[in-house]
Amino acid sequence: MPKVTIDGHTIEVPDGTTILQAARMIMDKGEGNGENIAPPTMCYYSKLKTSGGYCRTCIVKVSKGSEKDPRPMPKPVASCRTNVMDGMEVQNITSPELLEARKGVVEFLLINHPLDCPICDQAGECHLQDLGYEHGLAKTRYDFKRRTFNLIDIGPYIKLHMTRCIMCFRCIKVADQITNHRYQGMLFRGDASEISTYIEKAIDNDFSGNVIDVCPVGALTDRTFRFKSRVWFTKPMDAHRNCTKCSGKVALWLKDNEVLRVTSRKDKWGEAEEWICNECRFEKKDIKDWVIEGPRHIDRHSVISANHYESLAQLKLDIGKQQKQLNGKS
Amino acid sequence: MSKEIKFNEETLALCHKMMKRYPEGKHKSAIIPILHIAQAEFGGWLSPEVMDYVASILKIQSIEVYEVASFYSMFNLQPVGKCVLDICRTSSCWVRGAEDVVKHLEKKLGIKAGETTKDGMFTIKMVECLGSCGTAPMLQCGASYHENLTLDKVDKLIEDYRTAGKQRSYTDLDYKNTL
Amino acid sequence: MGRKLLIHNDKVPNIHTLEVYRQNGGYASVEKALKTMTPEAVVEEVKKSGLRGRGGAGFPTGMKWSFLAKPPGVERYLVCNADESEPGTFKDRYLMEKIPHALIEGMITSSYALGAKTSYIYIRGEYFYVARILETAIEEAYAAGLLGKNILGTDFSHDCYVQVGAGAYICGEETALLESLEGKRGNPRIKPPFPAIAGLYGCPTVVNNVETIAAVCPIINMGGDEYAKIGIGRSTGTKLISASGHINKPGTYEIELGIPVEEFIYSDEYCGGIINGRKLKAVVAGGSSVPVLPAELILKTDKGEPRLMTYESLSEGGFISGTMLGSGGFIVYDETTSIVKNLYTFARFYHHESCGQCSPCREGTGWMEKILHRIIEGHGKPSDIDLLWDIQRKIEGNTICPLGDAAAWPVASAIRHFRKEFEAYINHPEKIKDAMPII
Repeated sequence: MPKVTIDGHTIEVPDGTTILQAARMIMDKGEGNGENIAPPTMCYYSKLKTSGGYCRTCIVKVSKGSEKDPRPMPKPVASCRTNVMDGMEVQNITSPELLEARKGVVEFLLINHPLDCPICDQAGECHLQDLGYEHGLAKTRYDFKRRTFNLIDIGPYIKLHMTRCIMCFRCIKVADQITNHRYQGMLFRGDASEISTYIEKAIDNDFSGNVIDVCPVGALTDRTFRFKSRVWFTKPMDAHRNCTKCSGKVALWLKDNEVLRVTSRKDKWGEAEEWICNECRFEKKDIKDWVIEGPRHIDRHSVISANHYESLAQLKLDIGKQQKQLNGKS
Repeated sequence: MSKEIKFNEETLALCHKMMKRYPEGKHKSAIIPILHIAQAEFGGWLSPEVMDYVASILKIQSIEVYEVASFYSMFNLQPVGKCVLDICRTSSCWVRGAEDVVKHLEKKLGIKAGETTKDGMFTIKMVECLGSCGTAPMLQCGASYHENLTLDKVDKLIEDYRTAGKQRSYTDLDYKNTL
Repeated sequence: MGRKLLIHNDKVPNIHTLEVYRQNGGYASVEKALKTMTPEAVVEEVKKSGLRGRGGAGFPTGMKWSFLAKPPGVERYLVCNADESEPGTFKDRYLMEKIPHALIEGMITSSYALGAKTSYIYIRGEYFYVARILETAIEEAYAAGLLGKNILGTDFSHDCYVQVGAGAYICGEETALLESLEGKRGNPRIKPPFPAIAGLYGCPTVVNNVETIAAVCPIINMGGDEYAKIGIGRSTGTKLISASGHINKPGTYEIELGIPVEEFIYSDEYCGGIINGRKLKAVVAGGSSVPVLPAELILKTDKGEPRLMTYESLSEGGFISGTMLGSGGFIVYDETTSIVKNLYTFARFYHHESCGQCSPCREGTGWMEKILHRIIEGHGKPSDIDLLWDIQRKIEGNTICPLGDAAAWPVASAIRHFRKEFEAYINHPEKIKDAMPII
């Protein structure tokens, strides 16, 4: 088993582990001295094969290649697509020039982004917001017209807001890997590239809604939740139902007793724990459809991770009692 | 579109022959050559219907064809004139007067780069280096390279194309034997 | 006169036909390799020759070949990179158009060395007429038993196909080329794995430039050691140079590596000097991607030594005062040329050709083009020069494939060596004169 050292923290990992995974393992073990040494990711998704490598936010400096070949790597490498070698030494937050390079990547991702957070449903749980806040510059040096696209409805449930897209390819990989037919793809090239169906087509698949969950920004949003509420005014709850298509284990986003939105449950890295079906996601908006398990702790470093709702008085009620109350009301 | 979107038997047979040049199950490799043929056969551009037809030949999803067709600059996704004048604008051509060629053509044809003449005869399309730097300035129309251009040569070229009145395609060199 | 090994017969009438090509010694390397040598021995000769990739990167070919994985029962492929799209480069087109059999011969000999049963020549779509010339040559070779089953009565069988592209510079990057050949968008792959392990259709693959493959023929004929005697140091053999710009005799020249740059520009054997007796201003020595050098630095290194046409001499001084041999796309600019406007044509090129896959290149190339456009239109800001410098620095080294570097280096070198010209554009827009008329 190879040993790798990232920002001074050494860990032994199974063969074939990437630098990024190793860094996350270090964090999972509670190390890191209170600092987050796991590189940020925008396109990598552990549950999607061949994802990652595109956005370049997770780049790291390999200052020692391996025990066998200690030469440093000449350029920063994408930690999500580079396997660790025994004796490898990696610098992430301990390399000022790497942080400067990453700042550049963040700037590139933002120059054509509309920064329309005030009207974007993703605001508050947007990975680009987190990235910009944690790794970016406070102001922009880009003074040209930004790229814009028309909005597209991909069927009754999904809104494609291409202007916000950062081209992470995740939604394409979801379509390729978990649905049986891909309708959307990457069209054109360079900075004219866009995710599109080309000719308007509805995505007709039980699992198509998962593209919303994997989208790191507000490019793919849930039409049934559109402009309903800011996410930080909603209360995420773990809930489940008997579903023939998926596990039925979801996160419900409630306002009062109204189910505003259903999503997959996301882990601490912001990734869906399990894919959920469209019926659960879009068609079960009645609280009676669900068995509520309890408040969901959002382990992300964005605004909703304040987890303010966990302390709200009414949520301190016994969950069973609350359920009964709600059921009785309707 | 007046013409039905379907290759004749000979062309279809050629497509199937080309698909066999690749290993079992890898016939998607033939997509670019087939799109070239389709563009030549169906009016010089690739409509969604044409691309869907190519997808059906290759037995792949339409989006895979859209993705490829929209990536490569030789494929036109909008209608174009019968003669598309691809004018190189990169360094070696620029220093030898490519801008003069463009200005001259724009004036002569009464259109701007990127536009098509009203009679549907010519489209001016700016392209990047075509590997004709030693014979700059140059333009490509169909399969032909026109090199060491002067304004007189350009005039003659336009007259010749106009007189012939034919659609020019990259595949003009009898692709039935090529590809 | 230097020695010529690749295009020495280019003026022979009908050299494009198999008959004339063979009368002039063609296919000798196939005869020699298939009948008297083992594949390993062929690889060994290429290693000894010191041949380096002629597409631009200059990686030792023999070493690249020896990396090819050979798992039993798995196909291996040779793919010829004939996507020649680096601005300023047209030597492969010349070779394929004039002497197509030189490439086909190299494909057979190289495939024998690599154990490839199938090879593809991926040629840029715009060269459609050249593809047709190659197809005809391949048909002739099949008819003569040089391709197909049991070539020249040996156990070696081989099929060679021509595949056309459709307009994308990025497909000159070897993994983008493989993607395109597989019928996909030309997006470069993330490496590792390298093509030598998992290339075309996931099989071990060698991708070589046209000129590299053609050079295998003389190497086998004369022996690797003999080939290595030509040239200087690690720059062995001959190289095709595409000469363009403000010179009296633009065209494709075969040089022995090691001749002085000054001789190449001014001798009548090659470029024949600057047009209309004007002064030399700058040179892009190896295709648009390499750093542009002002006259004094292209003719002499910063140590005052004559600059030679070799990989090493051209890169002497690193990026501070040197450049690269690259693809051999040699563009000469005279004193009337605006470096800023020329850089704009390059920046526009890279913006147009970026595949869009990774963020620094997708966003950065467009940004640089916009700033340069503003400058040449007379609306530049004093801060634009430093901004351009910072953007190129943040693209370089941070992208999936070398296109990012290729977009960054011209900007960096133009600012490094011609900063005053940028300042003049920004401070005195009324004086901008950058039209380049037909000569």
